Amino acid sequence: MSGPTTPGGPGETGPVIETHGLTREFTVRDGLRRRRVRAVDDLTVTVGAGEAVGWIGANGAGKSTTIKMLTGILVPTSGTVRTCGLRPVEDRRRLARRVGVVFGQRSQLWWDLPVRESFRILAAIHSLDAAAERARTEELVERLEMGDVLGTPVRQLSLGQRMRAEVAAALLHSPALVVLDEPTIGLDVLSKQRLREFLVAERRAHGTTLLLTTHDMGDVERLCDRVLLVDRGALVFDGDLAGLSRTVGAERVLVVDLAGATPDLTGLPDVRHLGSEGGGLRQRLSFDPDTTTAARVLAAVSDHAEVLDLSIEEPDVEDVVRRVYAARR
Amino acid sequence: MRGSGRTYWRLLVAGFRRGSTYRLAALGGLVANATFGLLKVAVLLATVEAAGGELAGYDAARMSAYIWLSQGLLGSVNLFGRTDVAERIKTGDIAVDFLRPLDVQAATITTAVGQALFALLPRGVPSVVLGALVVGMATPDHPASYALGALSVLLGIVLSWATVYVVATAGFWLVDARGLQVLYMVVSGFLAGLFVPIWLFPSWLVALAQATPFPSMLMYPVDVLSGRVEGLGALAMVAAQVGWLALVLLAGHLLTRAGRVRLEVQGG
Repeated sequence: MSGPTTPGGPGETGPVIETHGLTREFTVRDGLRRRRVRAVDDLTVTVGAGEAVGWIGANGAGKSTTIKMLTGILVPTSGTVRTCGLRPVEDRRRLARRVGVVFGQRSQLWWDLPVRESFRILAAIHSLDAAAERARTEELVERLEMGDVLGTPVRQLSLGQRMRAEVAAALLHSPALVVLDEPTIGLDVLSKQRLREFLVAERRAHGTTLLLTTHDMGDVERLCDRVLLVDRGALVFDGDLAGLSRTVGAERVLVVDLAGATPDLTGLPDVRHLGSEGGGLRQRLSFDPDTTTAARVLAAVSDHAEVLDLSIEEPDVEDVVRRVYAARR
Repeated sequence: MRGSGRTYWRLLVAGFRRGSTYRLAALGGLVANATFGLLKVAVLLATVEAAGGELAGYDAARMSAYIWLSQGLLGSVNLFGRTDVAERIKTGDIAVDFLRPLDVQAATITTAVGQALFALLPRGVPSVVLGALVVGMATPDHPASYALGALSVLLGIVLSWATVYVVATAGFWLVDARGLQVLYMVVSGFLAGLFVPIWLFPSWLVALAQATPFPSMLMYPVDVLSGRVEGLGALAMVAAQVGWLALVLLAGHLLTRAGRVRLEVQGG
């Protein structure tokens, strides 16, 4: 059997993901009545080799359902899907050699066994020879800084440690396509940062195609060069992050703590007053970075009151999604 | 496939090692096995004595062999119906298994058998040793019975996990397959000859039991390993085990294929 990473197979030349009119319905029991719910609606999308795509949308927008169809664990109601040039359901086992999947909520590690043992079993499952197994394991362990937990049973790992082990397990066979479903959910800032840095480096080193669903704008900003936004199963935006920001107006929010109670700072040029706390001691102001700058806003505020402290809030995915959704309804 | 043997060997070893992480549970199981073994000794040996020293081909030493071998196998042969894969189907974690380039049925059974084989060490062997020392038991006349007995035990273990796997696949259709598991637990132990040898049953019940895979899980392995049945009779039992195993594996294969298409993977 040839190694799973041998180049030249299907998917190396063509698109990694190609769907046409992909649709999935579920029957939902609603009391005694049954009704059909369309989780993914007529999705047509193509992802080329080496792209990094962030799949964003509210809970229940159909992201996970799509991923399940792309990886062959859920059968589409209609439409076609090709992943790495293969039919996911029919060619499940061949596809599994080319794809690595991390479901943030589901573990692929052997709960009772040391982390090292999971890697050994997965290496055997993916038919890595001894040299490839050693080299790849060492590479992943070093880059994910997992050397000290290799001998620890999975059930004793912290969430951050476990997620790194999950990612390593999914990438052990150097898949051409890596699918991450909510990879940073529940992680602390440092753990998120480490994981993102690793994924960026992994992509650079191996040209891996990356597909991730997330609620975290940080994930999208640092990892993805393309964003797909879904609403009620349908694709409503496909482009880069800057384009998404332009679409919704990427307003920043400046929060200022002032030296004394100040009347609401309405009427500053290019600034919208969002709200005040403590009788005007803290005020939230929103501005569009395309029309003005934080410095200019701050200068305008300083004309009215002394600024003790400030912070700038960037829109998170929820915000962006909410705004796109609001614009559509 | 060349890589395949190594993969399933690794899974077998993983199951074996997994079993080894639950030492306290194994000890608890042994104590329970031994307690019920002594209970069975009291009841069944009294029955043999009351029957005039022999009952359906069992004298005291043969009955003791039956008791301690069946108690010893209880940690390895699945007569409880519970299995990880049922839970994985229910929670949707089975999706992770389908994302591997593996036959999910074969991988599941291999891992479970690995764990079951480990259980022979802390539960099987001590149980038999205890029985031999405390009560004494009959041993086979022919050395070949040991080899054939070992094969029969292995077949019984694999068959039990393959059957439990089939029961678990009902979860693809039912949201909760626990009812079926309970039914399996009630029926399997009885018909497998866990409580009394099936040969003590009335003939119609023996026929009924033999129309199920359950005697092949426990009764036949115990009969072959204890030497109660030798020669052609023993070979016939092993052949029946092989037949049931083939049938159950086929059923599991078909159900997995049909069930996978139905899988909706609830949640996340």
